[in-house]
Amino acid sequence: MSTSKALKCRECGKEYPLLAKYVCEFCFGPLEVAYDYAKIKKAVTREKIEKRAPTMWRYREYLPADGENPVTLQEGFTPLIRAKNLGDLLGIKELYIKNDCANPTHSFKDRVVSVAVTKALELGFDTISCASTGNLANAVSAYGAKAGMKRYVFIPSNLEAGKVVASKVYEPRLVKVEGNYDEVNRLCSEIAGKYNWAFVNINVRPYYAEGSKTLGFEVAEQLGWRAPDHVVVPMASGSLLTKVWKALKEFEKTGLLEGVHTRVSGAQALGCSPIATAYLEGTDTFRPVKPDTIAKSLAIGNPADGYYALQTIKESGGAADCVTDEEIVEGIKLLASTEGIFAETAGGVTIATLKKLVEKGKIKKNEVTVAYITGTGLKTQEALQGQLSETPTIKPNLAAFEASQKTFAKA
Amino acid sequence: MPVKVLIPTPLRNLTGNAAEVAVDAKDVAGMLSALEGAHPGIKERLCDDSGKLRRFVNVYLNEEDIRFMQAEATALKDGDEVSIVPAIAGGSR
Repeated sequence: MSTSKALKCRECGKEYPLLAKYVCEFCFGPLEVAYDYAKIKKAVTREKIEKRAPTMWRYREYLPADGENPVTLQEGFTPLIRAKNLGDLLGIKELYIKNDCANPTHSFKDRVVSVAVTKALELGFDTISCASTGNLANAVSAYGAKAGMKRYVFIPSNLEAGKVVASKVYEPRLVKVEGNYDEVNRLCSEIAGKYNWAFVNINVRPYYAEGSKTLGFEVAEQLGWRAPDHVVVPMASGSLLTKVWKALKEFEKTGLLEGVHTRVSGAQALGCSPIATAYLEGTDTFRPVKPDTIAKSLAIGNPADGYYALQTIKESGGAADCVTDEEIVEGIKLLASTEGIFAETAGGVTIATLKKLVEKGKIKKNEVTVAYITGTGLKTQEALQGQLSETPTIKPNLAAFEASQKTFAKA
Repeated sequence: MPVKVLIPTPLRNLTGNAAEVAVDAKDVAGMLSALEGAHPGIKERLCDDSGKLRRFVNVYLNEEDIRFMQAEATALKDGDEVSIVPAIAGGSR
């Protein structure tokens, strides 16, 4: 059943057929998928969704691709974990971690890429491609392999080793570009203009981006069909944050939720914080920045959805903030040592920003709060080099073990 | 005071395929009106109903974004080069 109607310009409202197109020809605004919500409302109930397999395709009516035959590695429906230890420490009564490390390639990008690859096949493409800071490269390489497509993946040349290996193993045509993400992205725009490939984050971006909504749907269902009071979402282009909000509003529009009042807050690294800076300075104008942070997966200096992210934050009554590289590492360690979840640097950004927003009173202690962890720390181990406690190496005897206890006593 | 304006590909059907046009104007707002005078229809592509530049149209004066100068009121002088560049939505998270 198809519920998507058209591609619609977010700025001027002009509509286009559902093809591989992402910019409005008239006003240059971004295109977004428009749905027939009356049709969705008739087709879904909570019970119907609950009976489906635990993947993000249980929300297929809200996705712009063939949900009956998706290209899937069983992505989504990742754990929502009650974070009592961390909540107690920060002083939040009811804190949850949405752990999207638990996806097939260990980041939330599997959601968006599953939709993008499914749609690209529908549109007749045989090649899938992307510009990526790493996680997306992994997902495109894996899902492209599963779909039997040719795959071209472009990454900045300075990425973490773990992210490079986790792409290469799927045998894409991987190209390292000497430059930062914004430069890789610009090159890919030029390539997309010349080659007839599906670029997940360029010409099929309107479909791709919709996959992020499932992070909003799942949290609402996992909380027992209620919207959280507050969510904290990491921001690079700002797209994910807008989609989490859109998801909650869509559930409301189609009768699965009532009275959505969620406040949506955004997290950035100080070394690349164009959206948080605009929020903190109270302007709508972004000054593009040259990123300088260990949170490479968030290092987008010219955020495509920054304006809409800012609108979402304001409309929902949320906030935004940014944290230093030291705070990011502390955030990673804090989440790991209290909740047993090893997040990548972007997760460190989220946890450190969560802490800051609580300290500033932006998140109230009685708000049901969800923090989104979008990727695993195993891919960004460089960030922790020299930051963890020393490990004693001992002879295999009891005396040596007992002597080594002094190491731990000191720590 | 002629200034040189670089026209992006999607708008060249309005300028008789010219990639570059010269107009007389003392500021960016004046340049937009002068463009409309010479190439009717171009202004509604660049500006919203209130005459403000659309959000996804970037205008650079000698390579600096006018939003970081005086926006539409940014003064122009003889020999300036203005580029009109549609912003491209890309990026990932």
